[in-house]
Amino acid sequence: MWKFLHPYANPETTYHFTNKLLPWLIALAALFLSIGLVWALLFAPADYQQGDSFRIFYVHVPAASLSMGIYVSMAIAALSSLVWQLKLADASAAAMAPVGAAFTAIALITGAAWGKPMWGTWWIWDARLTSELILLFLYLGVIALHNAFEDKNLAGKAAGILTLVGVINIPIIKYSVDWWNTLHQGSTVSKIGKPSMSLDMLWPFIFSFLGFSFLVGVIICLRFRNEILARNSIRPWVRELVEKSVVK
Amino acid sequence: MTLPAQSEQLPTQTTQTSAQLSYRHAFMLVLKRDLTIAMRHKDDIINPLLFFVIVITLFPLGIGPEAKTLSRIAPGIIWVAALLATLLSLDRLFKSDHLDGSLEQMLLSPHPIFILVLAKIFAHWLITGLPLILIAPLLAVLLHLDKNSYTALLLTLLLGTPVLSLLGAIGVALTVGIKKGGVLLSLLILPLYIPVLIFATSAIDTAALGLPYSGQLAIIAALFFGSLTLAPFAVGAALKVSTN
Repeated sequence: MWKFLHPYANPETTYHFTNKLLPWLIALAALFLSIGLVWALLFAPADYQQGDSFRIFYVHVPAASLSMGIYVSMAIAALSSLVWQLKLADASAAAMAPVGAAFTAIALITGAAWGKPMWGTWWIWDARLTSELILLFLYLGVIALHNAFEDKNLAGKAAGILTLVGVINIPIIKYSVDWWNTLHQGSTVSKIGKPSMSLDMLWPFIFSFLGFSFLVGVIICLRFRNEILARNSIRPWVRELVEKSVVK
Repeated sequence: MTLPAQSEQLPTQTTQTSAQLSYRHAFMLVLKRDLTIAMRHKDDIINPLLFFVIVITLFPLGIGPEAKTLSRIAPGIIWVAALLATLLSLDRLFKSDHLDGSLEQMLLSPHPIFILVLAKIFAHWLITGLPLILIAPLLAVLLHLDKNSYTALLLTLLLGTPVLSLLGAIGVALTVGIKKGGVLLSLLILPLYIPVLIFATSAIDTAALGLPYSGQLAIIAALFFGSLTLAPFAVGAALKVSTN
């Protein structure tokens, strides 16, 4: 059943596959992002309570959910690297970590910018904000561990173990933070939740969410290609590629 | 098909029994060895403890001596100081063994790495966690901790500090091969300590109000047993990566 995946254990095949994949991803990201963001920022109706400032929602929510999604895919890559010893899975996890950290930071910063007009403060110790902040710490830990090793193969394995420990801990941290929040202070302003949206607000959201997802795909794909080249720099096929590009 | 092979193996096994150790024996040997080493380097036991005491005395100096404020923040201070003291002491869990090569010998030995790692972590807890628990009530007096909370403080420390040792061991195992692992270790481990901190302090707070805190204790106990069963596997895998 999984046999069609077998050729992609070879770095060269995967590299050429990303070559083919990349233009599609770029086109889709450009299409969805331009439609989604223009629609969301210019044409979607303003919120009756929050006015125009709610439009940051169209960046904030995709970034927040992608930050978690990237961690999960990183964990899947780490697991397959540890179980099946796939070196490319290590490379993909290494490619994903900084992107995930960046999107977590975007979610936090846009959240703070949204919180200032809505709640009157940049930061509150809300359960969601806190667990997002901790997610950022977990990402930074994985990246720091990855950078601390000279040998990239070892770095990938070590970071993989940490990613898996983290993914077990994320739900525990999430629930403990939820609990902590309800214990320490009643929900004062955090009752923001997800408003049941009208359709003309929902559609631009779907477009911008897909756009950001494809954008993540593009960035990860680019970083993944670089990782493959960096890790296989001694191989003849990489040298051929380099020579070709130099001759051009 | 497999039977003859097994019967061939049997005599070699019986000849080796004198050299082979049961799990319990291996566990006790590693534990005894680590405790002996710790007893010969008493600084390693005393310094984290001193750190714990000094950090806790700093807080009243920084915040002010009012008993009311202090008793309100005492659980958090004691627990955060305990986290930091544990973090400080984690470094020697595998470091010296890695440097003199005995860690690699342990990994090469026929015993499951789970048992050996568990023994080392248990020794670490006996050396750092237990003194912390013993000295904590004294510091709680200094911080005017509520009278009702002492049992809760001791119980949370008793269940929580092993979790700190177990989770910390994962971080140490990952960073043992790196030269400047100390700062990195805190970055890796402290986020994982958050649930223990939250439930322990909330148990102590609840106890101060005279309410039952068995729920929080049960969750810390669940964290303890979860990490007891899972962490040694992660430590073993991490040690194999670190020693390469």
